[in-house]
Amino acid sequence: MSGGTRLENANPVIFQRAGERLLTATDEDEDVHDPIDDREIFDLIRSINDPEHPLSLEELNVVEQVRVKVNDAESTVGIEFTPTIPHCSMATLIGLSIKVKLLRSLPDRFKIDVHITPGTHASEEAVNKQLADKERVAAALENSSLLEVVNQCLSTRNI
Amino acid sequence: MKEALSLVQRLSGHPDSRCWFVSWSPSGTLLASCGGDKAIRIWGREGDSWVCKSVLQDGHQRTVRKVAWSPCGNYLASASFDATTCIWKKKDDDFESLTVLEGHENEVKCVAWAPSGNLLATCSRDKSVWVWEVDEEDEYECVTVINSHTQDVKHVVWHPTQELLASASYDNNICIYKEEDDDWECRATLTGHTSTVWSLSFDKTGQRLASSSDDRTVKIWKEYPSESGQGDLSWKCVCTLSGYHGRTVYDVAWCRLTGALVTACGDDAVRVFKEDETADPDQPVFSLAAQVPKAHSQDVNCVNWNPKEAGLLATCSDDGEIAIWRFKEED
Repeated sequence: MSGGTRLENANPVIFQRAGERLLTATDEDEDVHDPIDDREIFDLIRSINDPEHPLSLEELNVVEQVRVKVNDAESTVGIEFTPTIPHCSMATLIGLSIKVKLLRSLPDRFKIDVHITPGTHASEEAVNKQLADKERVAAALENSSLLEVVNQCLSTRNI
Repeated sequence: MKEALSLVQRLSGHPDSRCWFVSWSPSGTLLASCGGDKAIRIWGREGDSWVCKSVLQDGHQRTVRKVAWSPCGNYLASASFDATTCIWKKKDDDFESLTVLEGHENEVKCVAWAPSGNLLATCSRDKSVWVWEVDEEDEYECVTVINSHTQDVKHVVWHPTQELLASASYDNNICIYKEEDDDWECRATLTGHTSTVWSLSFDKTGQRLASSSDDRTVKIWKEYPSESGQGDLSWKCVCTLSGYHGRTVYDVAWCRLTGALVTACGDDAVRVFKEDETADPDQPVFSLAAQVPKAHSQDVNCVNWNPKEAGLLATCSDDGEIAIWRFKEED
């Protein structure tokens, strides 16, 4: 993210990106009810930038489609994300970016739960509690410098 | 006989933002609301409907999280994420900003007046609870800073008749404070919730306290004579309402007129519980009397019973709306 500072995870493993979503005939049929599915949610979050590397969360395997659970009928979305290292200090920021992206993209009816993949982070419980506390998330998003960092993670990258 | 909650009116309280809190004036004639738009609105009845009487703006730079009326009804305090608490004085039909209480390091989460009106409590994400003294000249002075919680303090509430203060925190605990020799101290720590405690409400006698939590339960605590005789207070959990709430319970309110308990939940529902009057007071039983599953289109943040009109209820939500309900028995 910022030049000169030491990276926490200097040599992350880079994963292959998924291909584009294949459109089917029913996708383009306006008369067919088209609920929001896991892949659609995954497409919203996979290109979020890592705060530290010029890579997407998908390329770092922080987010995976199998860890996205959406239930359109019940208006719930559950995301598990996997920090690249167990002591990653960016975990809360990454989770917050995922949450903000979905808050901005999905209809208001959705309840969005963002968690760390169980067993993959030293402060898993504390980070999960922080991300689930909407009052603290609301306060964080009123902090203009933090919001700027989140927006940077959410900005579209030129590849 | 069946109980039901019927909608009286829906108000677009804080459009395009959250409505965080609603509070009835002591006379029950005015309702104050606050939200993410940094504004406070005062609602009053005109004929059969509730209308916005005034908008208090420019008092805060950030979200107004909660508001509280003084017991005399002439003052309104507002707690804001901008780390300050504003005191507003009622003047004719409008309100003017009287003073700004500063000192908390970051977001002020809640404010509450003592029953005498001479004391005010605030709490903050900075983990502290402050008690302020008010004199006849409307001067406010901080008399104590209490650091009994280890995390963000979400809510403060005073006992209905005594100078006894309770607070709820992100550290999952509830603390109860009393003054002794000019010093406010935590005299009881109520442990039992397994996640953030969002709100507290005393019953009309003040001998029992209801708490609502992120652990999706509501607990009822009862005061018992001290076992040690050392002046420490003894509060025990006598009832846990579990299995009713689908998500975080953001607020609980105990009606001083009817004894009904109402909850605000992150699953968009409003639920009313009534106590079984034949049950053992040491093992009270509460049952669900009425619920509205989609009371709002998003999380319900606050529930508040009108202090004078039995059964009249105000709720508000992340969708920015306020709803007025009537809880009554149907034939």
